[in-house]
Amino acid sequence: MKVIRIDKNDWAEGIEKIRKTYSLIGPVKEKFYHIFANLGSGQMPDMEFTNSRISPKYIIYPQSEIILKCSMNAEEEDYKIYREPEDKEYKEKAVLGIRPCDADSLPVVMRNFDTDEYKDPYWLRAFETTTLVGLACDAPCPSCFCTSAGSGPYNHKNLDVMLIDNKDHYLAEIITEKGEKLAEAAGWQDKAEGIADEIAKRKSDAESKIESNVHTDNLAKQPLLDLYEATSIWEKAAFACINCGTCTYVCPTCWCFDIQDEVYGREGFRIRNWDSCMYPLFTLHASAHNPRGTKLARLRQRFMHKLKYYVDKYENGIQCTGCGRCVRLCPVNIDIRRICNMMNSYDPETCTCEATVS
Amino acid sequence: MKSYTDNIKEISKRLLKEDKVDMVIGYRTGSVPLMHQPFFAQNQEEVDEFVWDSNCGLNLANYITDRTERIGILATGCNSRNIAVHIVEGKIKREQLYIIGIPCKGMVDRHKLSAMADGDITSVEDENNGSITITGQNFSKTVDKAEVLQENCSVCVHRNPVIYDELAAEEVTEQKRDDVDPYARVKEIEALSPEEKWAHFDDLLSDCIRCYACRNACPLCYCPLCFVDESNPQWVGKSIDHTDVRTFHFLRAYHCAGRCTDCGACVRSCPVGINVRDFTKKLEKDCLELFDWEAGLNTEQRPPLDTYRPDDPEEFIK
Amino acid sequence: MENPYIPYPVRIDEIKTETEDKSLKTFKFVFLNPEDEEKFSYRAGQFAELSIPGIGEIPIGIASSPTEKGFVKFTIFKTGKVTSYLHSMKEGDIMGIRGPLGNWYPWETLEGKNVVIIGGGFAFTTLRSSIIYMLDPENRQKFKDIHVIYGARSPGMLLYKDELESWAARDDLNMHITVDSCDDPEWTHHTGFVPTVTEQEGPAGTEDTYAIVCGPPIMIKFTQPVLDKLGYSEDRIIMSLENRMKCGIGMCGRCNIGKEFVCKDGPVFTLQQLNQTPKEY
Repeated sequence: MKVIRIDKNDWAEGIEKIRKTYSLIGPVKEKFYHIFANLGSGQMPDMEFTNSRISPKYIIYPQSEIILKCSMNAEEEDYKIYREPEDKEYKEKAVLGIRPCDADSLPVVMRNFDTDEYKDPYWLRAFETTTLVGLACDAPCPSCFCTSAGSGPYNHKNLDVMLIDNKDHYLAEIITEKGEKLAEAAGWQDKAEGIADEIAKRKSDAESKIESNVHTDNLAKQPLLDLYEATSIWEKAAFACINCGTCTYVCPTCWCFDIQDEVYGREGFRIRNWDSCMYPLFTLHASAHNPRGTKLARLRQRFMHKLKYYVDKYENGIQCTGCGRCVRLCPVNIDIRRICNMMNSYDPETCTCEATVS
Repeated sequence: MKSYTDNIKEISKRLLKEDKVDMVIGYRTGSVPLMHQPFFAQNQEEVDEFVWDSNCGLNLANYITDRTERIGILATGCNSRNIAVHIVEGKIKREQLYIIGIPCKGMVDRHKLSAMADGDITSVEDENNGSITITGQNFSKTVDKAEVLQENCSVCVHRNPVIYDELAAEEVTEQKRDDVDPYARVKEIEALSPEEKWAHFDDLLSDCIRCYACRNACPLCYCPLCFVDESNPQWVGKSIDHTDVRTFHFLRAYHCAGRCTDCGACVRSCPVGINVRDFTKKLEKDCLELFDWEAGLNTEQRPPLDTYRPDDPEEFIK
Repeated sequence: MENPYIPYPVRIDEIKTETEDKSLKTFKFVFLNPEDEEKFSYRAGQFAELSIPGIGEIPIGIASSPTEKGFVKFTIFKTGKVTSYLHSMKEGDIMGIRGPLGNWYPWETLEGKNVVIIGGGFAFTTLRSSIIYMLDPENRQKFKDIHVIYGARSPGMLLYKDELESWAARDDLNMHITVDSCDDPEWTHHTGFVPTVTEQEGPAGTEDTYAIVCGPPIMIKFTQPVLDKLGYSEDRIIMSLENRMKCGIGMCGRCNIGKEFVCKDGPVFTLQQLNQTPKEY
């Protein structure tokens, strides 16, 4: 793999160059914490950050997105005939500083939006036009567990470029063609030789800082209905749960959505909004029957989906990359690490499990 | 002197042993610092998980709505007031409850502490002598607890429970409204011009992701179907359109007027740091000034906005 | 890339009120673009999203049969926001249809077999589609005995009354119509609940006999033990589920029962499959 050296003195100049072909998105400190935001003219990404408070999934999958549009004016040709909005642009964009855990969430979500039978054009077009310039993670949060979730602080497999902060310069691994194209556009060409060992050491140092150990090896083997009926796992957590949507909205791998129609003036819009399995409304039938009518059923759905249904359906690990956001932000401390370890260690014979976090 | 935690455990064990209650609602130690978890104990071993310190900031009254068991529940000043509101509003019966009163010294603000730390906090020590020590990978810092209290706690004038069956500690000295001025921030906002106010609230809500953590953490928000979830008719759109976001927050705040005890659960639970109290505290102030009313100080009187008196001085009511 | 969210524009060609309480209406739609009808090629048992611009979408089983050409039909119970609006619409109005969606009754498996159709209330729509499909002259010889057991609260609540009578008059179909109660002395069909009539009239479960069951939860609950008694094995009891849906294409995440999506992996499941999933429907 090609590795180049980007002197931090040349960083800003390169960013200016790529601005001509890409719209740029990067970490910005807003009020109390970092978010990923569009970088205005001259604005630089703030690379001195741990990770954004909310996952950057909205770059590809906005919280609210108009998917169809029509006229509500009977005089017009497309009166009540929904079409894709013509003004929808998919300009090439580059995300600077995305962490490996968040980049690793994209193939997870893609399994939902890109299937043999149906393709979600909005997600896929946005994804295809995005170049990911990741930033390796040297100081993971205490609540991170990426290494147990198929990701890692130096995991570059879903990035186009991975930057490694090396004091006065970045080492940049050029991983894909998209990455190559971006590096060229930025004029970053200075090859770094003989640094493979250095990078390997940095990687293992970073990995050793991940404190949480989450066990997933047994999940696929656990009988689905046994886990589903394991009251000892669900009851106490469900008591504390307030059924807000925080965990699902801050999560990079939660993909569920709602579709709503709205009318403004003489235009009709079909809008896709993030939705949450924590809300009773998510599954409420018009008859008032609710197949997940209890707090317990909804909490269980979230964890069963991430840690069992997904595991069984795709045979590709868990639907989680260990970013730790839900752990940090759940107002009532429902900790996926603990639930995962309980599910993994559950013994259907005795109905017991181990509740450990690390 | 025994700690709050020890006393709470002792009382809880006794209540369960004497079969006075079916469960006791308290907190257990969280898996991350500054975040204890609401927890119910039904036996002696579970009681041993109980903890009490300045990280117990959610409102436990949220957990008793429409329950049918006999419940022991820990209650600080604000929590006890919300229990009183619940009793008045018919969400629980007084006879079902054994209230373990907790004279409260205030909860720490996890956002403030995180901002003070040089890195991620891995542990928090509540010294019980008015100081808090936070520790991380390469740092350790001791701060004056008064400086890092949640804002609602620092201006609280009802730290002792207003209703209880037993206290877990001696009463604490109450702060006086003249000394702490609970409405200082409200007054600042009131002094703004209409344009500045608009800008303030616009900015306040700009990060809202409509996760409804504020609503769901609030013991007052027990409506079986919240107005934002109603579909026929649909009052509010569901996207993050600014008008819809504002409508949610404005209406929710008004629905809590005269019932809110300023427990701060909304602010504490918000993942994006919105100071929801900028709405609720103003309405609390109005209720005090217009009706001489503070929510949840007794279990008999209905809040001013859901009742009326024939001798009301206002003309319109007649 | 085909956009799975864009509905085909259709015109409401005919609206027929089905039941005495006017809560059920059958809508006949004609595609505005004839080529869309080609694309909307479906099998009996599938559903579609009916789309009313500015109001929303609603998943409804297709009541017409693939053997009926030039239109599609849906019978709609007035219950929520979208269906209430739909009930107020007029012939000639423009709206949309997205689909066909989901799987269908296992027609390949059912060939050469006895088929028992058991339906209740307004969940009879895809069963109508199935009956019309099986009775089509091209198809009838593909199936052995066909039994239909269909019940509603009262005679006035039965769907497709004219067709029911014409089916009852045929000799290549065993029709058992029932109502919960009836004081009309002219009533010539059964009185009693669907499970009871099934027990009396249903053929025994054999290797070669399949039951398709579609109805309200209470009917399903009491029909299951009857079928069990008649000797039907779990893999020969076929059911069609309903859950709240939005996308209809297995992406929005709400209609799952375990790892299966009712909208995409269903709505048709065998009882054997359902017994291996959480009962979240």
